[in-house]
Amino acid sequence: MVNKVDHNLEKAIWEALEAVKDPEIPVISIVDMGLLNDVSISDQGEVTIAMTPTFTGCPAIDYMKADIIEKVGQLEEVKSVTVNIDFSNSWNTNRITKRGREQLKAFGLAPPPLHQGEIHMEMLENVACPYCDGQNTSLNTPFGPTLCRSIHYCHDCKEAFQQFKPV
Amino acid sequence: MNAIKDLILKMADDALIIGHRNSEWTGLGPTLEEDISFSSIAQDKLGHALQLYTILHEDHEEQNPDLLAFTRKAEDFRCCQYVEMPIGAYDFSLIRQFLFDHAEYNRYQMLSNSSNNRLAALSQKIKGEIKYHVLHADTWVIQLGNGTTESHDRLQKALTDSMPLALGIFEKSAFEAELIRNNIFEGEDALRERWLGSITPILQKAGLELPDISTIEPAYGGRKGQHTGHLKPLLDEMGEVLNTDPTASW
Repeated sequence: MVNKVDHNLEKAIWEALEAVKDPEIPVISIVDMGLLNDVSISDQGEVTIAMTPTFTGCPAIDYMKADIIEKVGQLEEVKSVTVNIDFSNSWNTNRITKRGREQLKAFGLAPPPLHQGEIHMEMLENVACPYCDGQNTSLNTPFGPTLCRSIHYCHDCKEAFQQFKPV
Repeated sequence: MNAIKDLILKMADDALIIGHRNSEWTGLGPTLEEDISFSSIAQDKLGHALQLYTILHEDHEEQNPDLLAFTRKAEDFRCCQYVEMPIGAYDFSLIRQFLFDHAEYNRYQMLSNSSNNRLAALSQKIKGEIKYHVLHADTWVIQLGNGTTESHDRLQKALTDSMPLALGIFEKSAFEAELIRNNIFEGEDALRERWLGSITPILQKAGLELPDISTIEPAYGGRKGQHTGHLKPLLDEMGEVLNTDPTASW
């Protein structure tokens, strides 16, 4: 979709998108979260971005949309920015990048395990503690302070922790 | 009204109304974890309703999602009567969450293969979220079914009392044959069979007895806009803020 003369602009747009974070997990960018389905740039500098939310009911969608429009719109060559919410290629936790997983762990959120499409209870019950890497943990509840988190307890370091739960 | 609009509207209305009911547990859950669980499930359901209303608005010339949710009259809603019932005691709400979400999970699983591409893609997404609702319900139904005599008996009574309403989920619309013929949806009979296949093993593990459904008269009417007296007060409360000044901007 990207015009070949626009390589520098394309690079600048992706850099701008790196600065857009999910407000509920402000350490990870929407790029590393894997929320972007497509970025296209017309010859006239009109940018169209297809974004797909983590959870259908994610309350941060409008916030992130506005943030994208602001940050990408600041680039000189960009004439307009349109963000479409797109479910045609929907998000799952396998789309979080390796760097994103490390950032989640550093934030104190156990990264979601890679999966084959089906979530099983066992995947929630056997989670390594993000603080001490202990394996002796148990699931307290699959619902946490935000839609994307479950709550666990580590019997090794005696700390409660959260997991970014697999979907 | 046409077949696809009717299908999406009833699913969206189910999600909106059960979402509102689940949210009534916020602050009242029997434990903190249950409070958060019902609240999170409510938030998911409202997200599902929003995306379904968005399809109606963008592809089928309906009003915007806010107006669809907050300004229609009770008789314009196509939700089943089960979702509009008050939350009652925790046993009733848990059994409803169990029976309704197993039906929803199977419905979205079937629709993820729909010939309607937009609905299929969204269903694939929603199915993954409802998986957690089903895991939640199964965990508690098995735990409380095998808990004390009181917890077992209360769940059994809630299950038996709820069955006419639960069977009302599968009320057919006038467009049933068309949906099946066009490979949009396999139909309510097929869904009910799958639902029975899902709930039966869990009820067995919970030591609960599924009533003989062949002898039960389902509570139909919701899909035709015939509702219990419980829907209107819910809609009045849900739309109270918007309707004080429908033109206000937020």
